[in-house]
Amino acid sequence: MQLTLEGVAKRVGAATHLYPLDFALQPRAVTVLLGATQAGKTTLMRLMAGLDAPSQGRVRVDGEDVTGRSVRERNVAMVYQQFINYPSLRVADNIASPLKLRGDLDRAAIDRRVRELAAKLHIETFLDRLPAELSGGQQQRVALARALAKQAPLMLLDEPLVNLDYKLREELREELSALFAGGDSTVVYATTEPTEALLLGGYTAVLDAGELLQYGPTAEVFRRPRSIRVARAFSDPPINLWQGRVAESGIQLAGDARLAVSLPANATPAAAAEAGVTVGVRASALRVRPRPGDVALAGRVELAEISGSDTFVHVAAAVGPLVAQLTGVHYFKLGAAITLYLDPAQIHVFDARGDLLVAPQRSGAR
Amino acid sequence: MARIDLDLAHSYLPDPQQDSDYALLPLQMSFADGGAYALLGPSGCGKTTLLNLISGLVRPSRGAVRFDGADVTARSPQQRNIAQVFQFPVVYDTMTVADNLAFPLRNRGLPPERIKARVGRIAEMLELSGQLHQRAANLAADAKQKISLGRGLVREDVSAVLFDEPLTVIDPHLKWQLRRKLKQIHHELKLTLIYVTHDQVEALTFADQVVVMTRGRAVQIGTAAELFERPQHMFVGHFIGSPGMNFLPARWREGAVEVAGRRLPVAPALVGTLSAAGEFTLGVRPEHVTLADASAEGALVAEVTQVLDIGTYWLLTARAGEALVRARLSPASAIPQVGEQVGLEVLGPHTCFYGRDQQLIAAGSEPQALRASA
Repeated sequence: MQLTLEGVAKRVGAATHLYPLDFALQPRAVTVLLGATQAGKTTLMRLMAGLDAPSQGRVRVDGEDVTGRSVRERNVAMVYQQFINYPSLRVADNIASPLKLRGDLDRAAIDRRVRELAAKLHIETFLDRLPAELSGGQQQRVALARALAKQAPLMLLDEPLVNLDYKLREELREELSALFAGGDSTVVYATTEPTEALLLGGYTAVLDAGELLQYGPTAEVFRRPRSIRVARAFSDPPINLWQGRVAESGIQLAGDARLAVSLPANATPAAAAEAGVTVGVRASALRVRPRPGDVALAGRVELAEISGSDTFVHVAAAVGPLVAQLTGVHYFKLGAAITLYLDPAQIHVFDARGDLLVAPQRSGAR
Repeated sequence: MARIDLDLAHSYLPDPQQDSDYALLPLQMSFADGGAYALLGPSGCGKTTLLNLISGLVRPSRGAVRFDGADVTARSPQQRNIAQVFQFPVVYDTMTVADNLAFPLRNRGLPPERIKARVGRIAEMLELSGQLHQRAANLAADAKQKISLGRGLVREDVSAVLFDEPLTVIDPHLKWQLRRKLKQIHHELKLTLIYVTHDQVEALTFADQVVVMTRGRAVQIGTAAELFERPQHMFVGHFIGSPGMNFLPARWREGAVEVAGRRLPVAPALVGTLSAAGEFTLGVRPEHVTLADASAEGALVAEVTQVLDIGTYWLLTARAGEALVRARLSPASAIPQVGEQVGLEVLGPHTCFYGRDQQLIAAGSEPQALRASA
C-alpha cells in the first residue's frame, strides 16, 4: 500500500501543529516517526489514519485521494500507548473481533487465526481471560494481536511500548520487528527514542517542532543527518557539538585541537568558512584507547554513569563539554584528568546554517 | 536525614500461606544516611510495595521499619517526615513556580528569609530560576515535573526523599539532564534518596546502590559495576544489560566444560566447583563474547542468524547447538554475514556459572589451552 501526503499541514486555531510536508511512505515496510513529545508524531498519524482532516494538502492511498474520508471508510489498524481492549470480551474474542467483522471467515478459520496470533505474541494461555485480569504487557499484546488480525494494509502504532517495563519493551520490540518483517502491511511506528528507531530498522522520519526534517533508510538517516537538528533528535546520548573554524587542511577547535578533514570544496564557500562550522561527534565515537591517526582530547571527568552495558563519561574538555559512551564498565574518579581519542574520519561537520557538510565514513560493514 | 532499617515481610492477603501470597518476602535491608538507592525490577516485583512500606503509606503485615534505630512502623508518612515525588507532576496550577516550591516549607512554618534562600537554591539547581514568577499552569509537562522534583528536594529536614518513576513522562534528552541534576543535588545536599524504577539505565546511573527485585524478593544489592560484572542470580544477569546476559546449558565432562557440543577448558581454580556441580548454566554478556575463527580451539561453533546495525554497535545473533548467543560488536570490527559459520569465545574474566537454583556458583575464567591428559 502506497500512502502519500502532499503538502499536508495541520493548524488548530492559531497554533500550527504540523507545517506543510510532502511524505511518500515506503510501501510494505516499517517507517519510524522519531521525535520528542509534541514534535507532531501523533498529529501526523491521525491524519494518516483519517481520524483528523488536514488543514491543507491531500492524502492519497495508492494514488487515490482519500483526504475527506473518515477512518471508518479506510482500512487501518491502530495501536495506542494506552492498552485499549474491549473490557467485557475475553482475550480470544478481542483478537477475533476484526475477523468477525469481515464476515467471510467461518468459526473454525477465525479460531485458527486467533490461536496463531496468540501463539506469536505469547498470550495463548490467556485466551479465556478478560483483559483486566492480565498485566499491562499482556494487555498490550492483546491489542497488538487484534491489530495484526485485521491485516490492514496500513498499521499505525503510537508509542505502543512506552507504558511497558524496560525489559518487556526489549522483548516485545524484537517480536514486533519479526512480525512486521513477515507481513504485507505498511507500518508506521511513533517513538521518542532514537535507540528504538535503530532497533526497528526500516525507514525513519525525523520530526521536530511540527516539521518533517528528513526521511530515509534508518541507518542512512542516522549516519548522514541532513542538519544539526536531525543529528540532535536522532542521538541518545545527545550528540556532542563543538564550534570550529575552517583552517588549513582541517578544522580548528577550541583548546588547540585540530581535526584533519577535507571539506567538500563546493560546499564551503569562503563565507561559510569564515562563519565557522559545527563539529558533531557521537558519544560512541570517543574512546579511551588511541588508534593510529586519532586526535587526543584532554579534559576532566565531571561525572561517570555506569548503565550496565555502557559507561557514560561526562567530561569538561578543552573543546567544550562532552559525553563519551564506552562499552562495559569503566571506573573514573570525579575530577580526574582524562584523555579521549577520536578518529577524525568519524566526525560530522555542519556549516553555519546547520546543514551537513561531511558525514562519518563507514567502517566495519563488509 | 535518617538511616533506615527494614526487617519485615508484607502480604496484602489476611492469611498468607505460600511464597506467592507475599508481595514482599521476608527481607532485611538497610539504607545508609545520605545514600542514593534505586529499587529496580519489573512490574509486580514488589518495589512499589517496598517504597510504600518505607514511606508509611502501607504498614507491613510482619516486622518493623526503623529510622535511626527508632521503631516508626505505626507512624504515618507525615510523622516519618518523608518527601515523595510521583510519576506524574503534582503541582498547584494557580500558584507561581516559586510558591509551589515554597509550599512544603511554609507548611512547616519556616521563616520567610530561610524559605526564599532555599527556594532560590533549588530553583537554580533545577534551572527553574528564570521561571520562578510564572504561573505553573502555563508550563510544559516536563517543567511541571521539575517543580515536583524541586518540591521533593526543598526541605532539609526530611528523613528521606522517595521517587516513584519520576522521569517516565520526560523526553530522552531531558532525562539526561535531569538525571545529572539529581546526582549533583545528591552530592550537594546529602539527602537520603530512594528511587523506584523499571528502567535499568535510570537506576544504575542514579544510585550508588541498586536493589534488584523480582517476585517479592531482593535478589542482589550492589553497585552498577557489581550487578553488571558479577550477577549473583540469573535474573540479575537477564535484567541488567541490554540485551541481557546469554545463558548456555553446560556440564562438566572429562576435565572441561561442555557447551553446545564443544569442550572448553577452564582455569584450574574453577575445576573443583564445576566438576562438583555436574550440570550448570554458563552466563556471558553480549559485550564479553568475542568473535573467533570457526575452527578456533576453545570457541563455540555457531551459525549467524541475524546481524543488526544499531548505529553505535552491531548486534549479532548466532545459533550454537540449541542456544542463541548474542554478541555486541564494535563498528570497527569485521562483521560476518547471516548464514556464516563463526567461532564464539564465551570464556573470560567476566564469565559466570550458575547452579540449579539460579544462584552464582563460580565466575571468571581466562581461556585455557586444552591439556593433553585431560
